[in-house]
Parts: sequence; C-alpha cells; structure tokens
Amino acid sequence: MEMAWLFGLLGGLLIGTGGAILLLGTGRIMGASGIVGGLVDGSGSDRGPTLAFLAGLIAAPALFSFGGWNVSTNATPQLWLLILAGLCVGIGTRFANGCTSGHGVCGLSRFSLRGLVATLFYIGAGVVTVSSLRIGVGL
Amino acid sequence: MRAVLSLSSGALCGAGLHVSGMTDTSRVRGFLDIAGQWDPTLAFVMGGAILPMVLAWRLTRGRVPLAGRAFPAPPVQTLNRPLVFGSILFGIGWGLVGLCPGPAIASITYGGWPGVVFMVAMLAGMWAVPPLRRLLDSRTEHA
Repeated sequence: MEMAWLFGLLGGLLIGTGGAILLLGTGRIMGASGIVGGLVDGSGSDRGPTLAFLAGLIAAPALFSFGGWNVSTNATPQLWLLILAGLCVGIGTRFANGCTSGHGVCGLSRFSLRGLVATLFYIGAGVVTVSSLRIGVGL
Repeated sequence: MRAVLSLSSGALCGAGLHVSGMTDTSRVRGFLDIAGQWDPTLAFVMGGAILPMVLAWRLTRGRVPLAGRAFPAPPVQTLNRPLVFGSILFGIGWGLVGLCPGPAIASITYGGWPGVVFMVAMLAGMWAVPPLRRLLDSRTEHA
C-alpha cells in the first residue's frame, strides 16, 4: 500500500485515543500483556471491565474484516516457530511487566525510564532476531 | 460505566491496530528488518499513538478518573534484570513471528490456526510466569 504511513499514523491516533479513554475514564494503563496476563494468572482485578476491553479489541477488527477491509496476518505456518515465539512473548512481557502498548505507547508518553529501556531492548532484540533469521536461514 | 469506557477503548485500539496494518506480521517484521527492505510504518503508528497519550497524561494531573478511584502512581524509575531480560525475550519472540500481545488478540478472528497456536503458547507463557518467578526467587535466596 502506497499510503501505508498515513494509515499507520491514523491507526496510531486511534490506538492512542483508546489508551487516553481507558486512562482518563477508568484510571487504568492500556497494556495488552498486563490486561490479558492478569486475567490468565489471576493477579488482575477489575474482571468485568477487562473482559469488556478485550471484547472491543477483538470485535472491532472482526467487524472491519467482515465488512470487507481484509488484513492478512501473513504469519508463518511453522508450528515450532509459532510455539517458541508465543512462549517468548508470553514469558518475556510478564517478566518485563509490559509490551509494545504498556511500555511503548503508555510508558514513552509519560517519559518513563523503564518504558524507554524496555522499548530499546525489545526493538533491539527484534532487529537482531529478524536480521539473523533472514541472513541465516532465509525466513 | 467502567465497562462501557473499557469496551470503547478496546474497540478503538482494535480498530487502530487493524487500520494501521499492525496485525500484518510482515509489516511488523519489515520494521524490525532495518538491514533489509525497511518498512517505517510501525514508527508512524507508535508516534500517532503517543500523541494523544501525552495529552492524556497531562490531563491526569490533579484530577481523578471519570469512573475510577485514582490515576496510576508516577512511573517507577528502577531498572532491574527482569525488565531487561524480559524485554529481550519478548523482542526475540516478536521478531520470530511478528506478533505482540495486542495485535495477536486483535487478529484472533481472522488469523487462522497460526494465530490460535501463537495465542495458546503466549497464554501458557504468561500463566507460567508467577511459578517461574517463585522458582527464581527461591534460588537466589539460597545462593
């Protein structure tokens, strides 16, 4: 898509507005790993609003897709890669206490040192991983 | 009220992830592939998302949430090993497939079985962290 950056910016503004509504409305930080992780390990409170957030997060893209605006995820069909990646993301984000939304969007916007350090490390590790996969095994 | 606000927040976030192309793993991995065909879209998404949030954090000063008790405490500034190692591990997984928690959840209805496999593994990883933490803590105590 030629105008990918514009759709990126627009989508980003929507994400940030969603984060602003959650923060100003309910006082919670919009961090995907914290929200879903708290539900999985039972550490999270606020179960009803959490489920409502997740319902919206799933329903909106489903509606776009159903309405004809398709986005293919283009995810690898390699089973071992999917499992390994899922475990790394699940364990890593819970140890780090945040992911792209919590440390990235919500952390950087309040000039959090932890958010900045986390973001530098996960982008750095991602860059190294993608580059070595492409150069090493051609994935 | 809290549920309605949370639902609309989730819907905006989901719409944004879809519209921006961030549920497309090739776009995310393209951003991380700085030595190859670099795709800058993710930087625009990040920038676009941070703008309203900067404003939102400013508006929290001296106020209380519309439907809630208090705003989060000021950010903790202590850097520790779980933060660094967790972020590195997350980055490796993110680079391997191109999915992070938000987009993985947002694309679950159209991501097919790869999306489901990733989601199950991610949830299993999250579920394993509290016992893993206890194990690591007890080891360092005895060391």
